[in-house]
Amino acid sequence: MKRSIALSVNGVSHSVEVEPRALLAQVLRDDLNLTGTHIGCDTSQCGACTIHLNGRATKSCTVLAVQAEGAEITTIEGLAKNGALHPLQNAFWEKHGLQCGFCTPGMIMSAADLLASNGSPSDEQIRHAIEGNLCRCTGYQNIVAAIKSAASA
Amino acid sequence: MATLFGSGIKRREDPRLITGSGTFTDDIKLPGLTFAAMVRSPYAHATIRKIDTAAAAQAPGVIAVITGKDIAGKVGPVPCAFNVPNCDLKLPPHPALATNKVRYVGDAVAMIVATSRAAARDAVDLVDVDYDPLPATVDPEKAVQPGTAQLHDEVPGNVAFTWHVAGGDADQAFAQAAVKVSLRIVQQRLLPTAMEPRSAVASYNKATGQLTLWATSQNPHIHRFLTSVTLGLPEHKIRVISPDVGGGFGSKIPGYADEFLVAYAAMTLGRSVKWTEDRSENYTVTTHGRDHVEYVEMCGTGDGTITGLRTKIHAGLGAYASTAAPGVPTILHGLMYSGAYTIPNVKGTVIGAYTNTTPVDAYRGAGRPEATYLIERLVDCYARRIGMDPALVRRKNLIPADKMPYTVATGITYDSGDYHAALDKAMELIDYRGFRERQEKARKDGHYLGIGVSSYTEICGLGPSQVAGQIGFGGGLYESAIVRVYPTGMVRAYIGTRPHGQGEETTFAQIVADEFGVPIENVEIVAGDTESTPQGWGTYGSRTTAVGGAALKNAAVKVKEKAKKLAAHLLEANEADLEWHDGKFQVKGSPAQAKAFGELALMANVAWNMPAGMEPGLEASAFFDPTNFVFPYGTHIATVDVDLETGEVTVLRYVCVDDCGPHINPMIVEGQVHGGVIQGVGEALQEIAVYSDDGQLMTGTMMDYAVPKASQMPTIESHFTYTPTPVNPLGVKGIGEAGTIGSVPCIVNAVVDALAPLGITHIDKPLTPARVWAAIQQAKGGAR
Repeated sequence: MKRSIALSVNGVSHSVEVEPRALLAQVLRDDLNLTGTHIGCDTSQCGACTIHLNGRATKSCTVLAVQAEGAEITTIEGLAKNGALHPLQNAFWEKHGLQCGFCTPGMIMSAADLLASNGSPSDEQIRHAIEGNLCRCTGYQNIVAAIKSAASA
Repeated sequence: MATLFGSGIKRREDPRLITGSGTFTDDIKLPGLTFAAMVRSPYAHATIRKIDTAAAAQAPGVIAVITGKDIAGKVGPVPCAFNVPNCDLKLPPHPALATNKVRYVGDAVAMIVATSRAAARDAVDLVDVDYDPLPATVDPEKAVQPGTAQLHDEVPGNVAFTWHVAGGDADQAFAQAAVKVSLRIVQQRLLPTAMEPRSAVASYNKATGQLTLWATSQNPHIHRFLTSVTLGLPEHKIRVISPDVGGGFGSKIPGYADEFLVAYAAMTLGRSVKWTEDRSENYTVTTHGRDHVEYVEMCGTGDGTITGLRTKIHAGLGAYASTAAPGVPTILHGLMYSGAYTIPNVKGTVIGAYTNTTPVDAYRGAGRPEATYLIERLVDCYARRIGMDPALVRRKNLIPADKMPYTVATGITYDSGDYHAALDKAMELIDYRGFRERQEKARKDGHYLGIGVSSYTEICGLGPSQVAGQIGFGGGLYESAIVRVYPTGMVRAYIGTRPHGQGEETTFAQIVADEFGVPIENVEIVAGDTESTPQGWGTYGSRTTAVGGAALKNAAVKVKEKAKKLAAHLLEANEADLEWHDGKFQVKGSPAQAKAFGELALMANVAWNMPAGMEPGLEASAFFDPTNFVFPYGTHIATVDVDLETGEVTVLRYVCVDDCGPHINPMIVEGQVHGGVIQGVGEALQEIAVYSDDGQLMTGTMMDYAVPKASQMPTIESHFTYTPTPVNPLGVKGIGEAGTIGSVPCIVNAVVDALAPLGITHIDKPLTPARVWAAIQQAKGGAR
């Protein structure tokens, strides 16, 4: 039995019919066509699906869509404002913080959460903060550099 | 205009990927799309008595349930395309859907197609398969012992092949040697773990007979070919599109049953079909890497000259031979047994074994990491035995620069290199001597520091097609490119390879923009769609730039040659009197008489005033088939601190000096090194795929398989030397796999070096705290 939920994504209000078991990640991708949020695992390890749920970084595969009723959600598609890239997006580009780019949206959303609470994190703090986001391409070094550079931007 | 070759410009792939605007296969949506899910065996080895699909077929949303009986004669067996000669290779049929017997956990027995992902997944549980479990065999060494469970009737003793390699006279070298060292090494099975799971979407037009298949592929042209063979569909009716691909590391080379089945379903049901694996499915079905049990030995003189190497390798292939699997532990492994050294006598035997496990195929480095690891571990053991510093033993045996090109004992010829320069630079950067002194001092304080060196060379830039034929590779290994110049001077270049994170949309645009003297913004690189791109063989074996980049360069040169002829005609000058300067052809000595690239592009495309006999248009295609492989090399050195109480290893410094020839984009080259090294550090310290004796994958999710996390990994100090190869017009080698090849032995050597005072000579990777701690306890116990 589908249920109707209302939620705001990237500042746009949506009303969606969802199965109670549908994950927020699936609804964002399949129903709202926001395919920048990726699904890379089934155990909440990889973090590719990280979005902001009411302002906090959240793995959208661990949230049922019905739990997001009334929530304010930001996805990677909503990070750039008025055509200007978010400082983290610029920094990932500048510092070669991505290769295949599959983990990147989740990585950037987690990093944004870190920078919201810590404006000048150390390398160690950055590495700790993105522990829940796996990247198989970059070896993390340029991701750390990118986040550090965005913090000082 | 400044040259772009050598410039670390930002990547052109990134704007779409950092904004969520990339298109990965699972992002593809089509009208009336349906969804597939696979019914997979929970047993490693079992006879199928009966498959009852009735309940599933009646479940809500289910469109079809397809079993092996349904596809008989319609979907051929999953092909293996690396028929290695002279090794009695046995390739038993690999049914896309098992009918009589399943041979590993994950072997597919049925496919559901339904109106939603959830409906398809629900119906999987309603398929009632009556299995009769059989004993399983999972270890490549045990699988070939008498009395072991047999997988295939056609393969007695589970022996897939027995492959030999020899050069010089290793037996005589060992008989005469003053010093011999030997090891039993387990190179554990690994899970490639591309962050994007595999996915396939198929759509079929019954009227035109055209199949379109979107797939997570490193090599769409190979997938087109394999799909044609497997489905009996003419190749020109198949379009394979590999859109953005989220990493591969070898696991997206093979043709899998899933892709063929999705295409078959689209063709028979008249609906477009999507299938995407989840991570657990990825871990049980998508190919694995490594899985060797090795008996290896090295011999030499008492003063540090290595004279011989012998191996006996048990290589696990899993339940069936995947697309490139037989070539990985043989050709790509055994031919590299001299490593970076002048070892004159080598001899190896590789026994390939079928086991009740997921098929094993290429994984970053594919055979070369396994070769480098065993050589580099043996060099350290040999050095310790003769009481010589391992770095000095390396220096004594490395192939000297003045001997290049150098033909090693196995018969292949290394193209170029100054191996000593890389070793010396790495030793200087890490302050090798200073560290040895600190280590000595620390040991007196009961503190165990170690330093590990690994000097590698690898075979890549695969390769001459003639050699591909000789080694049984079921395809060519050339590359091709089309460069098309539009009337406005804008350029599109179509390439046969399929980069998936390596950044060639950028580096290849740098090559073209340089050639034409145009801004890089005027150049677009197109890859991944067999409809528009010329025949290629894919992105693997660090070959994309060395082979595909060379093809592109040659195509661009052809375009420019035509433009020059046109310029001479328009300027009423002799071609010989023209020079290329700053984006235009000008008459020598009178630069005002000039034609810019854009002007020539326009004239060629409108063809109002062409030289007699010249065809209109400004485009060219080129095929590049290299005369040899290329052999990148380098030295990696790591220092570690081992906690004797906990067995925990901390990497203190990681210095690498790699040589892949000149860099088109240094930023991208360094990124490849970082990623490769960390994958190797993962292999050395924490990654292992574990099967239970009855064939259950115990590390079947990311909770159990230790993919490196940011907080666990060291910072890499990446340096280079630059030795161009004569093999291609760019002078470039390859850097995609070097990091993984160089890093694994250097980390393990460092840990063993730290523990040398305890008498420890080897610990099998991954060097988890538990393993290191156990080795320490055993050594201490032995000392008591």
